[in-house]
Amino acid sequence: MSADFLYDPNFLPWLIPVGPLLGFLIIVLATNRSRWVPATNRHEYGGHHPAYDGMSVPVVAPASRVLSVIVGLGGVTFAFVISLLVVLRVSQVDFVFGEHVFGSTAEWMSTGITNFNMGVMVDPLTTIMLIMVPLAVVCIFIYSIGYMAHDPRQARFFAMISLFAGAMLTLVVANNLLLLFIGWEIMGLCSYLLIGFWFEKEVAYKAAVKAFMTTRVADVIMLLGIAYLYSITGTLNFRDILYNTEVLETLANTPAILIGGMSASGLIGIFLITGTIGKSAQFPLHVWLPDAMEGPTPVSAMIHAAAMVSAGVYAILRMYPLLEAGSHPHAGEFNSPLLLMAIVGGFTALFSATIAVAQNDVKKVLAFSTISQLGFMMAALGIGAYIAAAFHLITHAFFKALLFMASGSVIHAMEHGEHHTHEHAHGEHDDEDEDDHAHDHAAEAHHDGHAEHHEEHHDEAHSAPHFDPQDMLNMGGLNKRIPVTFYTFVIGGLSLAGFPLLTAGFWSKDEILADAWLGTTEGFGPHAFVFLMLAIAAFLTAFYTARQLCLTFLGEPRSEAAKHAGLGGPTNIVSITMQLPLIILAVFAIVAGFVGVPPDFPIFGAIFSPEHNNFKHFVNEALPPAIQAGAPAFNWFPVGISFLVALGGLGLGYLMYGRKPLKAGEADPLVKMLGPMHNVLKNRYYFDELYEIIFVKPAQATARVVSEFVDRGIIDGTLHTIAFVFRWTGDLLKMLNLWLIDGFGDGVPRLIGWTGLQIRRIQTGRVQQYLLLVAAAAVIIGLAFVVSAGAAAN
Amino acid sequence: MDVSGLSLVTVVLFLPLVGFGILLFMNESTQRQAIKWTAFGFTIATLLGAVLLWSQFDPSNPGLQFVQRNDWLPTFGVSYYVGIDGISLILVLLTVFIMPLSVLASHVSHIFEERGREKLYYMFMLMLEWSMIGVFVIQDLIVFYVFWEVTLVPMYFLIGIWGGENRVYAALKFFLYTMAGSILMLLAILYVGSQAGTFALPEITAAVQSGDLVFPFGGLLSPQSFLFLGFFIAFAIKVPVWPLHSWLPDAHVQAPTAGSVILAGVLLKMGTYGFVRFCLPMFPEASVGWAPVVATLGVIGIIYGAWVSYAQTDFKKLVAYSSVSHLGFVVVGIFALNAQGLQGATIQMVNHGISTGGLFLMVGMLYERRHTKALDAFGGIWKALPLFGAISLVITLSSMGLPGLNGFVGEFVILLGTLGSSTLGFGFALFATLGVILAAVYLLYMFQKIYLGELDKEENKNLPPLAWQEIAVLVPVLVLIFWIGVQPAVWFNMLDASTSTVVAAVNPFLQQVAHIVPAVAMLP
Repeated sequence: MSADFLYDPNFLPWLIPVGPLLGFLIIVLATNRSRWVPATNRHEYGGHHPAYDGMSVPVVAPASRVLSVIVGLGGVTFAFVISLLVVLRVSQVDFVFGEHVFGSTAEWMSTGITNFNMGVMVDPLTTIMLIMVPLAVVCIFIYSIGYMAHDPRQARFFAMISLFAGAMLTLVVANNLLLLFIGWEIMGLCSYLLIGFWFEKEVAYKAAVKAFMTTRVADVIMLLGIAYLYSITGTLNFRDILYNTEVLETLANTPAILIGGMSASGLIGIFLITGTIGKSAQFPLHVWLPDAMEGPTPVSAMIHAAAMVSAGVYAILRMYPLLEAGSHPHAGEFNSPLLLMAIVGGFTALFSATIAVAQNDVKKVLAFSTISQLGFMMAALGIGAYIAAAFHLITHAFFKALLFMASGSVIHAMEHGEHHTHEHAHGEHDDEDEDDHAHDHAAEAHHDGHAEHHEEHHDEAHSAPHFDPQDMLNMGGLNKRIPVTFYTFVIGGLSLAGFPLLTAGFWSKDEILADAWLGTTEGFGPHAFVFLMLAIAAFLTAFYTARQLCLTFLGEPRSEAAKHAGLGGPTNIVSITMQLPLIILAVFAIVAGFVGVPPDFPIFGAIFSPEHNNFKHFVNEALPPAIQAGAPAFNWFPVGISFLVALGGLGLGYLMYGRKPLKAGEADPLVKMLGPMHNVLKNRYYFDELYEIIFVKPAQATARVVSEFVDRGIIDGTLHTIAFVFRWTGDLLKMLNLWLIDGFGDGVPRLIGWTGLQIRRIQTGRVQQYLLLVAAAAVIIGLAFVVSAGAAAN
Repeated sequence: MDVSGLSLVTVVLFLPLVGFGILLFMNESTQRQAIKWTAFGFTIATLLGAVLLWSQFDPSNPGLQFVQRNDWLPTFGVSYYVGIDGISLILVLLTVFIMPLSVLASHVSHIFEERGREKLYYMFMLMLEWSMIGVFVIQDLIVFYVFWEVTLVPMYFLIGIWGGENRVYAALKFFLYTMAGSILMLLAILYVGSQAGTFALPEITAAVQSGDLVFPFGGLLSPQSFLFLGFFIAFAIKVPVWPLHSWLPDAHVQAPTAGSVILAGVLLKMGTYGFVRFCLPMFPEASVGWAPVVATLGVIGIIYGAWVSYAQTDFKKLVAYSSVSHLGFVVVGIFALNAQGLQGATIQMVNHGISTGGLFLMVGMLYERRHTKALDAFGGIWKALPLFGAISLVITLSSMGLPGLNGFVGEFVILLGTLGSSTLGFGFALFATLGVILAAVYLLYMFQKIYLGELDKEENKNLPPLAWQEIAVLVPVLVLIFWIGVQPAVWFNMLDASTSTVVAAVNPFLQQVAHIVPAVAMLP
């Protein structure tokens, strides 16, 4: 093997997931030496860590901590570099559908007649993911260094998140549906482990189980689709299915089992989409995503932007030719998978945008906005706007990763402030050391000298209402405390809101709306539905973003914690690692949009797309020519709507929250405006409670009934009854036996004597009596014969 | 009748019995350590022998290999007849893999402090190994029956002497239930033998296939159907197929750890192995006819077992019921009656042995530390025993069928087999996948109850870390979990030719036989 290997894009993709996966293994195997730190000594690991309040925790040795950071970051950096190499190599090729798809395979297992091969593949769709995913992941890792610096389980965190990254990259480079599914499920596992990272907390592990369960339901249905696809085509390789129009046609023309009037591709499509509905948290399986906030914030960024939920949409993009087989959305012909996506996506986009409006938790707002934005992509795919959906997937990943990490900064700063005020309130010692985040020195003195005080401390934490550092109503005025976070947050927020012309979010969202409008003008119902839902959702998005920005950063601090919030000085390692990625992503949250500007857009088109829409030109070749999207002519109406909803929403939000910022203790003006509706929104339309009543409780109750009544009662009861009958018969026989044996000695002679006596009576010696007996017997036998013969004749 | 030389299979088969004989003459009070290690040594020697067998095995040969046949009762056509094909080999490998683990796990067990009789215990273990290997390699119906019954004896005593509080009841139930089923099989064996003039299985199946030996089949009440049921019920009780499972939870819960591991790991597989080895090739028409009914029982078992698992408050009982669910999968795979279904089912037998065996090891290790199996007694154990928690997670996930681990491979291939089957179909696949979801429910529930949450119970705070023996027991389990999950080709290759033979026996009848219960066959 020569150095060519390093430049061969057919082999190179194999190496992409290797870095993080190896990182995971190394960290797991090399860093298990831990030390037990009792609850009373909690300052040793950063003291005020909210997840371990008053708990004994095993702490990883310092050498292991350093190792885990280096190995973790090294692994993803390696993946990033290799991905860049692949992207550079691929970008020199002019893709045409079905040609220049790079990749290679290896045998995995053989069953019966066929072989399963595992392999990698790079086509235009993979390429754009290889730009987005590693970049976002590296940013998240850098950020994690600061965010997890004081967590006693830092090494474990880096191990798990490395596995997460490795699984996502495996999924991206996979050349078949089975390998994609393997990556998909390992991510499900990682989300379980990371959401439940602070598994001592009940909310955390419950959220973890909920996430794993909900997505698992969807995944298993997806697996059924995969198996069904295989049973028809005999392959799961993307190249053999998606790049082969004959196979697609066959699938579209094969009638589906189970459901009449549907094609096989339609049913497979619905199964696969169900998988995405779970993974990308679409209605009605959206319930896990908001709870997933219980994990550390880098995990939220990972789940919400770079990996998990993007994987759901990516899978649909990947399988799109199959899902679309047999329909022409651009000509107004829809099949059931497309309709399902349009309806679910459109509904989810609006539905969760309304919920986001009434949330006060800074991360929950973003969580619902993620669900909503993924709804945009699903809806776009439902109306055939493939390119727009892919574009929005990429831009969304950048600005949502940015927003999550920025909100994590905010929370970190608030916790810092809260800790600070806490220490001051007790006035035990001077802790003005704002630059040093870890109060090791002071804390130790604190602990040694005031053990009793700690008890009191502890009790108080239980009696006083818990301070929530994530509640936006406790914030305000943070723009002066953490300026870098503020500016980047604003950029991310504006991009999310689709602030016209400058932000990436505008261009991708505008493209979805433009496609939807084009169909609407031609009179296609689904297009009109999607346009309407998304336009309203986009307005609400702009509104809640403005609300969030104003509540968090503007006005005066509404709590002591907000007053003292901060990330430490500008040269602090926490401060640097937690803000550098924000700056990088903020750049992408702006420039990423310019690769997909429509060429006939006034002024901007001429600057950024002199020849053609770069993004579209590139990604279109992942589709068969027959379903490639055309170039809709520039139309003022959807652009106007984009302007209107973005600026209108932002403006209304500013009017309500920015012009006269909320004061401490003042109620959210929305509460009054919406009335009882506010409660419904705030409680997410009570879906969690509903599911609890419909699924969880009955499952528990019926399980108990089945176990007690059916299993122990009927099934085991029957067995016991049989056993009882046998024993009873046995006892009976035993008694008979006893009676017989006991009675045998004298009973038998007596019986013989008695019988003899009786028989002697018959043998009277009179012939007439004998004849009579014989005749009677003959009559009886004759009767029996006649009856049975008659029965037989019938 | 040809008399052949000593086969390696015979060596592997009788090695444990040699150990049994040696242990017999050891002194319990003075040679405790020697007894323990002799037992372990013989299980390891058997393992090595089986690995040697594997290395010389030719996976492309569909017939029996390492055949040895000696007359035993020539008048009745009974012979000592051993030989293996891929299916036998993989189950022998499973057996010899599970046994050293069980013995080593027993080394650190506290049961002997209470019950004593250590020598007897290890003797029973070796006797059990001998009889289980015998079941998988014997090719003569009568001798098979003998081995089949012999497995009951050591397990009966293992449960009855070293079991939990309710051990006598459980042991008796286990013994009587399986025994009752076996009687029917004995009748069927005698009938088949008298018709065929021999008890050698390969000869009987060959005669059945060539049409020289005909068991008339014409629906529910035909001779072949009765014969099929005679075998089927005996095997179904062993598997156990719903609703014949009620001995299982009691036996599992009462058995000592090693007993549960062997019970779940190997003994149950004797039933599913019986389906593949005896029912399908000897009674192909009845197998096709009964397939939808049997698979329906399998599907019911999948869902029912999972459901009941979820209601358990006892760790061990939860795992016990999960076996009913997992083996339902295997049954569905077998009665899909195609190559994928059979291969998936066989791989899944091995997977279940490893994963569920691993789960029982987990239960045992926790029980050794806390002397309780109630789920409520735990919580936050991951924090107290981080390494144990991580290993337990892998085993749990393997049982759940997470891709990348062994369970997924089996489930997926069974699913493919079911979908491609001409006797079953989509409806079965649908319900089977429902079982996969339910598996996640009870396993995650179990993991959460024991390992997650705050370590809030005093008794759990100072649990001793894993002993080296315990780590030595768990590591091989992990290795196989990953090995089969990541690189399944090796294992499937072993099975390819042998399963094709079984499928070829059934294939001619797939289209022509009417199903026993038409209503079930109507399921899409």
